[in-house]
Amino acid sequence: MYEGQVLNITSAKYFNGIIGEKQSIKATIDGQVMYVPLDEDNTHYREIMRQVDAGTLTIEAAD
Amino acid sequence: MALTKVDQTMVSDQVFGRRNLFVNGDMQISQRATSVSNVSTTAYHTVDRWELTNSSAGTWDVSRDESVLPAGQGFAYSQKLDCNTADSSLDAGNYLIWRQKIEGINLQHLKYGTSSAEKLTLSFWVRSAKTGTYIVEFYNNNSAGFKIQSQSYTISSADTWEKKTITIDGDTALGFQNTTDAELLVYWWLAAGSTYSGGASLNNSWNSGVANNTRAVGQVNLADNTSNNWYITGVQLEIGDKATPFERLTYQDQLRLCQRYYYQTEGQVYYNGYGTSADTYSLSNVELPTVMRANPTVTDSDTANGTSFQTGAISRFMIYGAATNNASAAARAKLYAVSEL
Repeated sequence: MYEGQVLNITSAKYFNGIIGEKQSIKATIDGQVMYVPLDEDNTHYREIMRQVDAGTLTIEAAD
Repeated sequence: MALTKVDQTMVSDQVFGRRNLFVNGDMQISQRATSVSNVSTTAYHTVDRWELTNSSAGTWDVSRDESVLPAGQGFAYSQKLDCNTADSSLDAGNYLIWRQKIEGINLQHLKYGTSSAEKLTLSFWVRSAKTGTYIVEFYNNNSAGFKIQSQSYTISSADTWEKKTITIDGDTALGFQNTTDAELLVYWWLAAGSTYSGGASLNNSWNSGVANNTRAVGQVNLADNTSNNWYITGVQLEIGDKATPFERLTYQDQLRLCQRYYYQTEGQVYYNGYGTSADTYSLSNVELPTVMRANPTVTDSDTANGTSFQTGAISRFMIYGAATNNASAAARAKLYAVSEL
């Protein structure tokens, strides 16, 4: 795998927004709040799931 | 030698239609910023599509330069990297790379993985205060087993624009997957610790299982002095064994290509629904100017006149921003959509 960007993800939580339940992951990435779609083609989502699989990040349940 | 006519071999390659596999090779588009100072992170800092990848190899002032340009070539911008904090003694795993990633769906006509695999020619203008050997690496990111090859070029004269041309053979064995993922990456190595440069010789043909330390053998350390800089523009990657003149696109065509990967609204978006009542949501859908590569990550800034701001992707064509009204003025925010490779 090529030299990738290791994102500093300090929080991740499934987000129930106004367009539906569990519509995205609300994550703080490199200090910025981002809404990451549950799309395997999205590189932020992939990195979140990579860190989850590595045991270094947990996605909290939605409110 | 300058081409004076289109010969038959070029017509049968692909002289019609778009030739340049890169987007924004003339650094025309810079949606995020035109300069950032003292960066140490990996990111798309300034010019669209070009990513600076830094693993503890100094810190850099990154900008889109409008004054240091190859004379008479018709370029209005170059990418400038200026060393802010030097690292004259790289740790083994340190590196500095400037690169672009290309989607697999845009590579199928290269016919890699077949007996008809096309040659590729890379051309670019480059200038640096630091002379010596530099490495460009081509990386086929096929998930079945990646293959890479590196080629060297020399910056002969300090602070002088030089045009470089590199041609590589096609790979008849391994194709590019037909996906919207990064399938071909082209790296300009700028600094490489021994993990990447300590081998005996450069890996200069398509190979799998390549030892990391053969990827950037000979690469100078651009980070070794704060007087160092590096400029590049007119970057083109095309089918064939000849470097044709740089392909010119209009500003709006180039912008649209870039917006497949990154888009930001021009200022704040006003959310509809103001005036209903306080504590109810107002929302704006923003139709994207082109289909994005994937459903984008969405963020906001410059929020005003509301609370509980939220954003999201509805599809590759549409994002939204929303907030709870405060019943005194329309909620609004600037929105950003990111779908980089």
